[in-house]
Amino acid sequence: MRLDPQRDERLDRSRRITFTFEGKPVEAFPGDTLGSALFAAGQRVFSRSFKYHRPRGLLCCRGQCPNCLMRVDGVPSVRVCTEPVREGARVEAQNVWGSLQRDLLAVTDKFGGPFTPVGFYYRTMIRPRRAWPLYERFLRSVAGLGPVDKHAERSTRFDTEHRHADVLVIGGGRSGVQAAERHAAAGRRVVVVDMDEPPSAEGFESIRGVALGIYEGNLVPVDAGNVLYRFRAEQVVVAAGALEQPLLFPGNDLVGVVLPEAPRRLVERWSLKPGERAVVVSGDTQALDVVRLLERAGTEVAEVVDLGETRVREIVARGRRGRVEAVSLDGREIACDLLVASGGRQPAYALLSQAGARVEYDPSRGIFLPVEIPEGVEVVGAAAGEGISSAIPAATYNGAAGKGKCFVCICEDVTDKDVKRAIAEGFDSIELAKRYTTVTMGPCQGKLCHLPSIRLYARENETDEASIGTTTARPPWQPVSLGLLAGRPHEPAQRTSIHHRHKELGARMMWTGTWRRPHSYGDPAGEAKNVHDALGVIDVSTLGKLLVTGPDAAAFLERLYPNRFGDMKAGRIRYAVLGTDAGRIMDDGTIARLDEEEYYVTTTSTGAGAVVEWFEWWNAVWGLDVEIANVTGALAAVNVAGPHARELTGRLTDLDLSNEAFTYLDAKEAHVAGVPSLILRIGFVGELGYEIHFPSPYGEHVWNTILEQGQDLGVRPFGLEPQRILRLEKMHILIGQDTDSESNALEASMPWIVKWDKDDFVGKWSLEQVQERGFREQLVGFEMQNGVVPPEGGQVVVDGRPGGRVTSSRWSDQLGKAIGMAWVPPQLAEDGVEIALKVNGSIERAHVRLRPFFDPEGEHLRS
Amino acid sequence: MSFLLPCPNCGPRDVNEFSCAGEVTVRPKTSPSFRELTSYLYFRRNVAGVQREWWCHRLGCAQWFQAERDTRTNDVLATWIAEPAGVVAPETTPAPDAPAV
Repeated sequence: MRLDPQRDERLDRSRRITFTFEGKPVEAFPGDTLGSALFAAGQRVFSRSFKYHRPRGLLCCRGQCPNCLMRVDGVPSVRVCTEPVREGARVEAQNVWGSLQRDLLAVTDKFGGPFTPVGFYYRTMIRPRRAWPLYERFLRSVAGLGPVDKHAERSTRFDTEHRHADVLVIGGGRSGVQAAERHAAAGRRVVVVDMDEPPSAEGFESIRGVALGIYEGNLVPVDAGNVLYRFRAEQVVVAAGALEQPLLFPGNDLVGVVLPEAPRRLVERWSLKPGERAVVVSGDTQALDVVRLLERAGTEVAEVVDLGETRVREIVARGRRGRVEAVSLDGREIACDLLVASGGRQPAYALLSQAGARVEYDPSRGIFLPVEIPEGVEVVGAAAGEGISSAIPAATYNGAAGKGKCFVCICEDVTDKDVKRAIAEGFDSIELAKRYTTVTMGPCQGKLCHLPSIRLYARENETDEASIGTTTARPPWQPVSLGLLAGRPHEPAQRTSIHHRHKELGARMMWTGTWRRPHSYGDPAGEAKNVHDALGVIDVSTLGKLLVTGPDAAAFLERLYPNRFGDMKAGRIRYAVLGTDAGRIMDDGTIARLDEEEYYVTTTSTGAGAVVEWFEWWNAVWGLDVEIANVTGALAAVNVAGPHARELTGRLTDLDLSNEAFTYLDAKEAHVAGVPSLILRIGFVGELGYEIHFPSPYGEHVWNTILEQGQDLGVRPFGLEPQRILRLEKMHILIGQDTDSESNALEASMPWIVKWDKDDFVGKWSLEQVQERGFREQLVGFEMQNGVVPPEGGQVVVDGRPGGRVTSSRWSDQLGKAIGMAWVPPQLAEDGVEIALKVNGSIERAHVRLRPFFDPEGEHLRS
Repeated sequence: MSFLLPCPNCGPRDVNEFSCAGEVTVRPKTSPSFRELTSYLYFRRNVAGVQREWWCHRLGCAQWFQAERDTRTNDVLATWIAEPAGVVAPETTPAPDAPAV
C-alpha cells in the first residue's frame, strides 16, 4: 500500500521489479530498497535477535542497526533497509529456526533469561573441557548472524584501487557539500563520499561509498561495493553528521519502536504509511518534525512528548507477539502500533577519534564532542556538534525493573540488567565492561548503544558521563565484507617472451614467485629422460640477471660473496652463493667475468629483486666504483642440454664449440641464430649444456629455431619439474627448497665455496663461528633402499625421534632409484650411513650419499 | 604503518612503496668477538623516539637512503642520501637519543 506520490519520492512507479522473500515473490518499484519493498508488502518482523530470538523490525532505516540483516543471494547479513532492490534477488531470513513469525528458539526469550546471563559462556558450558567443541557448535548455530555458504560460487570479484585527493569529504549532507564547495573554490581537488546518495554538484567528484576509517597519514579506505578505494588525502573533512540515539525503557526493542529517521524515510522516500496510531517521545526537539510527516501520511498521532520540556519518569512499551501495542508514560497507557522514540542525537565522532582527536563530554547538552582535531583533518556540521541542542532525558535511561527486557545493545541482546550485573561483578571500567558484556561490539559498532551504555554506567556508578569516558573507536566504522578487504591487490604476473610458445606446446603453467613457468609439457619423466638421451631445451629467462661493471667490480663481488672472483680470467664462470652477515644463504647463481671490469651475475628466478636491493644497499655503505644494472627483463635465456647440445648449438653459431676451444664453465659472446648472445657453458641439469642469453624480443625466434634445427636430433622442450629431477640427480641445491632462512653454506655442505684467506666478506665472521661451534646439522643426499619416494618435508628419524627433514625427493628413471636430499645430524653425514625416514607413518631406510647420484665425476658436463 | 615517507628523489610517497632495513648499524671494523658479533647482528636499540633508519624506495627509484623517524608517531623528521662510509665503516655518530617520554 503506497501513499500518493510524495515530494521527495524516489520511486519510479512506471516499472516493477520482482524478487523473492522466503521463496514468495515480492513486487517493488525501482528506487525501493529490499527493506522498503518488504515493508510495503506488509512485512513487519525483519529479523530475530542474536540471543533471545526476539522479533525485530525496522528501527533506523539507514543501515546502522542490526534489525534488518538478511541473507540476499546467499550473502549473509545484508542490511536490506539500504540495499537497493534488484530483479530476481533471493532474500531469506537468517538466525531463525523455523520462520521469522515462528522462531522455535524464541523459547530462550521466555525461559533462557535466568540461565543465560551476561558472560554465561565464560562460566557455564566449560566442563567437561572435552565437550567444549560440542557446546561451541551448538552456540554458534543458535546465536549470531547468518551462516556463510561454504559451497557458494564466487559471484563477485573485489578490487582495490589507490586514489588521491587534495580534500576528501566524508558525508555528503549539507555541511559536507558546503565544505566541498569551499575547498573546490580554492582550487583543490575534492572528492565527496556518501553512503546513501552522493550529492551531485559542480566542481567536485562524488562517490557512493562508506569511509571505513581514518588511518595514519590520512589514509581512508572507502567501501564502494566491489571496489575498495584506498584514499590518500592531504586533508580529510569529516561531515559524518549525528546519530539518533535510542531511549532505554522496557520493551524498547519491540517491532514498531523506531528512531525518527525510519518514519522519515518510509514516508518521504518510499511513500509508505509507517503505522496507524503513533506516539512520539523525543529528547531531541528536531525530531518532532516527524509529527507533521506522520500526519501527512495519515498516521494518527496520539501523543507527543518532548522530553526537553516534560519529565517522564517511566516509559514502558507493551507488546503482543513482539509488536508494540501500547506505551505507558508514567502509568498512563496509550494504545499505538508505532512508537517513535529518540534519545537525542550524538555527533558521529568515531572517525575523528580514529584520526587522533580527543573526545570530551559536554554536560550542557549531554553529548560527547570531538576536540583537539589533528592536523590535516577538519570537522564540520553535526559531527562537530553544530545544531544539536539535546536535552538529557535523564529519567528515561534507567529502565523500569521487572517490567520486561530493556535493551542497551540490540545487536548482542544485552539488557540493562546484564550491564548492572557486570558492574556488580566488578567490571567497573567501561573498556572492561565492553569486553565482558559485548556492548558496542555488534554489527552497529556502537552507533546505537555506546552513549546509552555510558549513561547507564554513569548512573549505576553514581557519577557522570565525563568520568566514565568512551571506549576506543576502531575501524571499521561500518561492517565490511571480508571479500572486499581481501580484494585483489595489484600483483603482477611476469611472463617470459617465450610464454605463448609454451602454451601452444601444451605446457602446464605454474607460479614461481611472480613468474609463470612451464611445470612440464605433459610428460616430466619422459622430458627428463630425453635430456639424458638426446637433447632438451628449457626457457630460463626467469633467472635474475645483473651486470656489475666498474673499476671496483671485482672487489665488490669479493666483499659480498664468500667465493673469490678477482682471480678469474675473462670468459670464465664460477658458481656463487650469496650470504648475509649472519652467514645465512640468501641466493645462488653463476658469475661470469666478461672482462676486467665487467661481471654477469645470475640469480634465482625469485631472487633478482632482493639481490639487486642487497647489492645496492651494501654499496650505499661502501661507495665502491661499480654500476649495478638489473637486466632480468631485458634478456631472455634458454638452456640447451643433452648429448647433442654441441651439435645443435654448432648449427646456430659460427663459434668453435670444440671442448678445447669452449670448455666447461666458459662464457663467450657470439651470434646465435643471428641474435647477439652470451653463451654460458654450465650444467645445472647434469648433461653437456649451453645457457644462451640474448635480448628478450628474440625469445620466440631463438626458441623456434632451436626446435626446428634440433628436430632430427630429437630435441624436446622440458619444464621445471623434469629440471628438478635432473638437478636432484646432480645434488644441485635449490635455494628455498633445500635451504631455509637458517641455512649456511658450511652446513649446506659447500665448504669449498668459502675462501677463508680473504680478509673479509659479508658473513665471514658468522661462518667462523659456525666452524668453531661445530655443525648442528648437515645437508646430504640419500638413496632409498626400496624405491619409495618419501614426502618432501618428511621426518628423518634418529633414535626414535625427529632428527632431520627431507627437503627434496623424486623418483629418477635414469638411476632407477628414489633419491632426495635431507638435513641430518652431522654424525650421520657420511657416505653410506643408513638413515631412517618416516613415510606414511612407517619407517623406510635410506643410504646417505655425499656425491652426485648421477655422473659424480662430471664427465658428462665436461664432455 | 600507512604514513608518507619523503624519498630524497621522488618526494612524499606511501610507505608501502619502500622497504625498510631497520636501524642504521655500524659493522665492526675488524674480526669481532662473539659478543660484538651477536650484538651487531641481533641487537637493536629499539628506541621509543627518534631513530635513524635505512630505507629503499623499492617500487620507485630504488634509491637507498637514511631517515630520521620518530617511532612513536611515525613523523619523519628528515631523509637524505647517505654519504658512503667507505669499505671499513668508521665510527658514526649514533642516532640522537629519544626525548624523555
